Amino acid sequence: MDITDILNLSLLASMVRLSTPLVLAALGGMYSERGGVINIALEGIMLAGAFTAAAVTARTANPWIGLVSAAIAGLLVAAIHAVATIQFKADQVVVGTAINILFLGVPALASGAMFGSTGSTPQLPREQTLPDWNIPGIDSIPILSQLFSGHKPIVYLAILMVPASWYVLYRTRFGLRLRAVGENPEAADTAGVSVARMRYAGVLMSGVLAGIGGAYLSIGQNSLFTRNMTAGRGFIALAALIFGKWHPVGASLACLLFGLAEAISIRMQGVVSIPVQFIQLIPYVLTMVVLAGFIGRATPPKAIGVPYVKEK
Amino acid sequence: MAEDLKYAVEMRGVTKRFGDVLANDSISLAVESGSIHAIIGENGAGKSTAMNILYGFYAADSGEILIDGQARSIQNPGDAIRLGLGMVHQHFMLVEPLTVTENIILGSEPGSSFAIDFKQARARVRELSEQYGLRIDADARIEDLSVGQQQRVEILKTLYRGAQILILDEPTAVLTPQEVVEMFAILRSLRDRGKTIIIITHKLAEVLALSDRITVMRDGRVVGNISTREATAEGLARLMVGREVLLRVEKTDAHPKDAILVVNNLSLESSTVHGSLNDVSLEVRAGEILGIAGVEGNGQTELIEIIAGLRPQTRGEILLEGKSIDRLDPRRRKNLGIAHIPEDRHRRGLLLDFDLAANSILGVHRNSPLSGAVLLNEQIIAERANRLVREYDVRPPNIALPARALSGGNQQKLIVAREFDINPKLILVSQPTRGVDIGAIEFIHKKLIELRDAGAAILLVSAELDEILSLSDRVLVMYEGRVVGEVDPRSVSEEEIGLMMTGGKR
Repeated sequence: MDITDILNLSLLASMVRLSTPLVLAALGGMYSERGGVINIALEGIMLAGAFTAAAVTARTANPWIGLVSAAIAGLLVAAIHAVATIQFKADQVVVGTAINILFLGVPALASGAMFGSTGSTPQLPREQTLPDWNIPGIDSIPILSQLFSGHKPIVYLAILMVPASWYVLYRTRFGLRLRAVGENPEAADTAGVSVARMRYAGVLMSGVLAGIGGAYLSIGQNSLFTRNMTAGRGFIALAALIFGKWHPVGASLACLLFGLAEAISIRMQGVVSIPVQFIQLIPYVLTMVVLAGFIGRATPPKAIGVPYVKEK
Repeated sequence: MAEDLKYAVEMRGVTKRFGDVLANDSISLAVESGSIHAIIGENGAGKSTAMNILYGFYAADSGEILIDGQARSIQNPGDAIRLGLGMVHQHFMLVEPLTVTENIILGSEPGSSFAIDFKQARARVRELSEQYGLRIDADARIEDLSVGQQQRVEILKTLYRGAQILILDEPTAVLTPQEVVEMFAILRSLRDRGKTIIIITHKLAEVLALSDRITVMRDGRVVGNISTREATAEGLARLMVGREVLLRVEKTDAHPKDAILVVNNLSLESSTVHGSLNDVSLEVRAGEILGIAGVEGNGQTELIEIIAGLRPQTRGEILLEGKSIDRLDPRRRKNLGIAHIPEDRHRRGLLLDFDLAANSILGVHRNSPLSGAVLLNEQIIAERANRLVREYDVRPPNIALPARALSGGNQQKLIVAREFDINPKLILVSQPTRGVDIGAIEFIHKKLIELRDAGAAILLVSAELDEILSLSDRVLVMYEGRVVGEVDPRSVSEEEIGLMMTGGKR
């Protein structure tokens, strides 16, 4: 084999595509966790989004309606999380785990009821998945066109969300208050900021973004929903968030790294003589290595994981 | 009463109940506009509760509040802020990774929903800080500021929100003597500019020096309302406690004998200045109290914990009666006669959910006759616990209660009882009276002197300079992990020792 079979420009283009759902989920997680709510339900929310997008598109034959539905589905699942953890002050990790387990099963059940098949939703014809967009101007520049043109709309959304999230977090009232609530909710409360309202907003935004990230898997990258099709991407996004120190740019760069690992592993399959299962391990092993090396050093928002209860 | 006398704040018959506890029993007080009004009382007297009601944190069960003569309903801190109230909490309400400006504007940011106007915010912060002499770097991060500077940020926060009435909860508890002087000057200048200031405290000397009027609370009730000019420390203490209290520690000169503890060139390496030790050497003899003065976080905690065996040193040796104890774990050190009253009783001193009997044997729980080879000897433990509770006046005297159910002072008395009962040769005492009321302070101080006179060597660390100076026979001053000097507690001035504590003089 030749190394350029793996390391070439199309590998980077593939990295951009594969990172997209991770970036959206990680930015979503950032809004939740910067506000002080651990969101390990990203995986479940992505699954809900992926399934809803595929199922709604199959019924309406319109991927845009599917996409919006996925965002709404993500919002609703996140609302379960928010009500349980903010209103009822349940343990955030337990609630997140429950949601992840729940949405391993719910799509199969709904798919069985809607389409008579629990394993997957019907295959969508190509014209019913999200279109590829060419960006005028960029599509005529040799290298950039391959990297940044001809992608699904969600890819561009993810790219735009990175600076947008930075701006929201560091330049707006909402961002300042969200960060304050995640670090020291009492201080925010005494300054007249509603801790619950900010946390709801953060968790719900994580639902919308992770839901869209899920939709990318089923109606962008693929053309149907298959069981557990996120395959741990929600957790990888969470790892990227930690690796990127809860910063929008850092987290997104970390997502690119994981996206690259996945792209390499896909390309190596069948090219090198290692059993495919081992090659598929690459992104997950990388996640563990990164977390083991960084989890102690990255400082999370101080109030993360702690429900806010007024003294006495 | 004169007609022109204006009250900024009046509370009339305010009552608040938490479960079975009557925290505020129909309290009434009136604060003159443009004055400094002190509210004093022991822990649990209800002074913080009253102020939290005023600031909208808690809802009163009954009673009314008047601001500038008008009855107002204050449901949450937002209402209080709108009425011109501002509160500086004992534990600062600051977001550490954010900047000074971000903290000050939080909740009332200038600009639009889409963009905070940071330029305007910074300008306003500078303007306020100049106007009131509260010097601060508007772009510094809170975590990089000293405690005194953080307190200035808290005051600026209230002024930024247009506060006319400032409530300060134990504002001097965390300050060095110099910072206290500066703080008083700031508070006086605020008053002279027409602000009304309410200060909650238990330090009588400060009340007498600073305030115009004093409200004394005890057991949830207002028991006195006096003009500071007519008040004396003894009189205030009697009102607070409900009986005569000895404010000064009574002791005779020490008669030190052989050295019990010798520490040679002790060093601890740490990534920060706070938390490191540098070549600390000291000696504590039988029958004396060696005090360590210093601003908290200058190595005192580490020093005590290393001697107690709770953390290892990087270099240096520790000798107890001439023998090295460096390799012994905390239990073995305790069995050699080292008692330890830790600074954080909730973290190091007690198991809050265990009963008093279990807490009374921590550290000696393997020793005969409390324990047999396998099983604890419940009856002997209970008898001993009952004796300790009686001798040390722990209330309520019920050894089946969880430690959590006790007040801070009684929790501390339980720890003191447990530690002193082993007949210690060496006593390591850290912040012995933190969060402890006057009655219990008197008791603990008396016990320490008793043990000293019985021949124990005592190493005392406290953030309360008064406590160090009145109890100790000799005093070392620590700054940034070093011993920067020794002073005679009988002759040193507060200014002189304060300067040493902040690294100003060696």
